[in-house]
Amino acid sequence: MRLSLVGISHHVAPVELRERVALPVEEAAALARELGDAVCLSTCNRTEIYLAEGAEEPAVAALERLAVEPLERVVYRLHDVAAATHLFRVAAGLDSLVPGEGEILGQVREAYEAARPGALLDRVFRQALQVGKRVRTDTAIGESPASVSSAAAALAQQVFGELDGRRVLCVGAGRMGELAAANLASRGATIAYVANRSPDAARELAGRFGGAALALEELPSRLGEVDVVLASTSAPDVVVRAADVPARRRSPLFFIDIAVPRDVEPAVHDLEGCYLYDIDDLEAVVAETIAGRRVEAARAEQLVAEEAERFRAWQASLDVVPAIASLRARAEEIRAAELAKLGRLPEHERRTVESVTAQILNKLLHLPTVRMKQAAAAAEGAAYADAVRHLFGLDEDRKR
Amino acid sequence: MVEALFWPALVGYGEAALAYATVRYARAGTWGVRLGWLAQTGLLAVQAARADGFPWSTWATSLNLFVWLVVGAYLIWGCSPRYRLLGLGVMPLAAALFLVARVGGGTDAGASSHYGNLFLVLHVGLVLAAFAGFTLAAALSAVYLWEERRLKRRAADILRLRLPSLVVLERLTKRTVLVSLPLLTLGLAAGLVRLADDGGGIDAAMAVAVLTWAVYAAFLTFRPTGRQSAFVALFGFALVIVVRIALSGMHFA
Repeated sequence: MRLSLVGISHHVAPVELRERVALPVEEAAALARELGDAVCLSTCNRTEIYLAEGAEEPAVAALERLAVEPLERVVYRLHDVAAATHLFRVAAGLDSLVPGEGEILGQVREAYEAARPGALLDRVFRQALQVGKRVRTDTAIGESPASVSSAAAALAQQVFGELDGRRVLCVGAGRMGELAAANLASRGATIAYVANRSPDAARELAGRFGGAALALEELPSRLGEVDVVLASTSAPDVVVRAADVPARRRSPLFFIDIAVPRDVEPAVHDLEGCYLYDIDDLEAVVAETIAGRRVEAARAEQLVAEEAERFRAWQASLDVVPAIASLRARAEEIRAAELAKLGRLPEHERRTVESVTAQILNKLLHLPTVRMKQAAAAAEGAAYADAVRHLFGLDEDRKR
Repeated sequence: MVEALFWPALVGYGEAALAYATVRYARAGTWGVRLGWLAQTGLLAVQAARADGFPWSTWATSLNLFVWLVVGAYLIWGCSPRYRLLGLGVMPLAAALFLVARVGGGTDAGASSHYGNLFLVLHVGLVLAAFAGFTLAAALSAVYLWEERRLKRRAADILRLRLPSLVVLERLTKRTVLVSLPLLTLGLAAGLVRLADDGGGIDAAMAVAVLTWAVYAAFLTFRPTGRQSAFVALFGFALVIVVRIALSGMHFA
C-alpha cells in the first residue's frame, strides 16, 4: 500500500495563495471523498492531501482549481515514510511557524475524523495523533507561551498561581488590550473594570467581559481593588503613576503595560509587591520561551524519527503479512483435513490430537514467520513473500 | 536489616537530589523521595522495635528522625515535578544530614534511652516535627525570595525555568508554620513540665527554642506579607539551626 502526500504550506506559498486553497473541515472532507481514500488537512498554514493508493494528479488538479493558478512551482509531493514523517512533524507542531504550537493537533484530528479514511490512512493518522500527544507530554515544547498576550497571562500566573477570582483592571480598550484581556479571562481572571478616554469604547469592552466601565480619572481609586492592571492606551503620557498605587496591600499587584508610549510609570516596579512588565520585557520573555521551544524541538524530532521508523517497519511488514496469513491458512487446512481422516475418536483423545497437531504446526511456522518479518524490516520482504508463495504453492491454491 | 533499609533510603534521597536537577527526570526524583522515605520509615520502625525505650534521644538518632520528618513534610506539601526546585533545595540537604546521622551512629539499631518513653515522644518527637516543618517553611521562603527577585529583575527565562507562584509559596509557608507552631508549643510544654518535676536550670538550647517559638508566634500573629514574611520565616529557621547545634552539644547530654 502506497502513501502519498501533495500539498502547499507556509514554507513555499505566500498567504495570498494559501488563503485561496484553505478549506473549512467539512469542505476539506468532501474534497477528500471526491479523491477516493484520502484525508485533506487544511489550516491557515497548509493545505495537504494524503492519499492511500490514490493518483496524485487529481489531487494537484483539485488544489489548482481552488488556487485558480498552476501550482507546480510550489506544490510538494512526498511518499510513504517521507509522507508519514511529514504528517508526524505537522501533528507535533514541528512544521508550524512557532515550534510546538498546540492548535494543529486538534486540526489534524478534525481532518482525520471528518474524512473517515481506510486502513492505511487510519493507521498513519492515528499514529500521528499519538506522536503529537507524546511530543507534548514527553517534552516541554508546548509549555511556554509564544505570544505577548499569552506571556502576560502566564506571568500573572507566576505571581498569583491560579487566576480564578483575580480581578483585572484594563486601561484602554484597543485591540491589543482586548486580546490580552481575553487571554487573562480564559485562565479564570475576572475583567472587573475597563477604563478608557472614550466612555463608549470602555462600555463596549467592559460589557463583553461582564465588567464595569470607568473614566480614566477614576483609576487611582480602583487600584486597591484589583490584582492585575493591563494598560494599552495610545495616550502620549503616563496614565498610571507610582503615587497612585496604594501603599498598604496584602496581595501583590501585577502591571502589564503593552502600550507604546508606556502607560505606567516605571517607578511602579520599585514599589514593594508591585511588578511591572512593559512590551519590551514581554517580548524578551517570548523570545526566550521560543528559544526554549527550539531546544525542545530537537528532542521532539528524535521522537518523530522513532515513530517514523515504526511506521516504516509496519509498512514493510505489509509485504509479508498476506503471505504469512496464506501460509498459516494452508497449514491449518491440511491439519483439518488430516484430522478428519481419523474418523470417530473419544472426545478426550480428539482434544489431545488437536492440541498436539496445533502445537507442531505453530512451532514449525514460528521461525519462518519471524524470519519473514525480519526480512520485511530489511526491505527484502517482497522477495521472501514470493519465495514462500512459490515453495508452498500458495498462489496455486488461490487459482484452484 | 538496618543496613538493608539504610542504603535504599540514602539511594532514594540521593537519586532525588540528582534527578531534580533536570526537568526531564523530575518524576523519577519524586519516586526517589517516596521510596527513600518508605525505606527510612522501615528503618525507624526497626529501631523502635529493637530499642528498649525511645531510640532517638542522641543527637545522631534525633537527626535521623529529623530527616524523616523533613522529607515527610516535603512529601505532604510539595513532592511533585511542579515543585522540582523546592525538592532540589530539600533533598540534597536531607541526603547529607541522613549521612551525617549515619556517621554519628544515628541509624544503628538497638539504641536506647534512660528517659521515659512518653516524655521523649512528646518532647523530642514534637519538637523535631515542628523543626522539620520550619525547615520546609524556610525552603519555601527561600524559593519565594528567589522567584520574587527574578520577577523584579524581569528575568527573560522566568517562564522557562518555572517555580511555583509567589502567592502559592507564601500560602504554603504560612500553612506549614501554622501546623508546626502548635507542635513546638506542645513539645516545649512537655519539656517544661519535666523541668519542673526533675528540677534543673534552663540551658542555651531551651532559651533559643523559646525565642524560636516567639518568632513564629509573631509570624502568625502579625501576618507579614511578601518578602517580609519570607525573611521572618528564614530568621526563625536560623534559630532552629542554632537550637539543633546547641542540642547536639549540650541539651542531649
